[in-house]
Amino acid sequence: MDFVLFFITAAVALIGAIAMLVARNAVHSALFLLLNFAAIAVLFLLLQSPFLFAIQLTVYAGAIMVLFLFVVMLLGAERVEDTPDRIAWQRPLALALGVALVAVAVVSVLRGARAAPPGGEAAAAFGDPAQLGALLFTGYLLPFQVTGIILLIAVVGVAVLNQRGRAASAARRGTGVE
Amino acid sequence: MVPTSYYIILSATLFAIGVLGVLIRRNALVLFMSVELMLNAANLALVAFARERLSIDGQVLVFFVITVAAAEVAVGLALLVAIFRTKHTADVDEVSTLRG
Repeated sequence: MDFVLFFITAAVALIGAIAMLVARNAVHSALFLLLNFAAIAVLFLLLQSPFLFAIQLTVYAGAIMVLFLFVVMLLGAERVEDTPDRIAWQRPLALALGVALVAVAVVSVLRGARAAPPGGEAAAAFGDPAQLGALLFTGYLLPFQVTGIILLIAVVGVAVLNQRGRAASAARRGTGVE
Repeated sequence: MVPTSYYIILSATLFAIGVLGVLIRRNALVLFMSVELMLNAANLALVAFARERLSIDGQVLVFFVITVAAAEVAVGLALLVAIFRTKHTADVDEVSTLRG
């Protein structure tokens, strides 16, 4: 049962990722990436991490992808790749390097492959969100606060960037900064 | 139970697709999406290893990665909007100077 679920979800994730790569329209890319994120969330659930499943769906699929879609539609930048490619040799080289990366990863994983991971009572404790929260607020309290500061700096940075952009465009129009 | 190696192979494949996206696409928005895909693949590997060792620390790390990714997307998209305002393009080949 686990295997069936895994293979279906993995196929959906791979299809989403490849379709994101080849879609010509940025809106379609964003929606395919959303499909991929949802599939990864289900994989988190299969890995007994219900908290990360919820985080993945709300933060990644919910917030980040909505931000992406919003910006794509705000800019109207769905299609920009109509001009001929300036670096012609880059695409085949990239494909070869990507295939090589996958091959190296698969070979190294298979050489170190082991039996199925442990289950049972210890696995039940592994998936407990309460334990995760306790660890987050005891062992990882300082990194947790640092992430809060990072998010704060990001918000301030976005505000500053947009403010300067507005001032520059106002100056170019000759109206000056309000 | 699905062996950890299956998850790692899937994660490596997704990561390679993300690398390919960064290398061959020229729309800056799709580039950002590919970076997100790579972060996600890394998250999947982290959770798979965490379950292999039955250690919650891996899950905490994934939480941090998601937070940093959220900050990165906010700043990156703001930069893109700023670039689009001055250069009127989202093509990374067109943006070759730092001066706005």
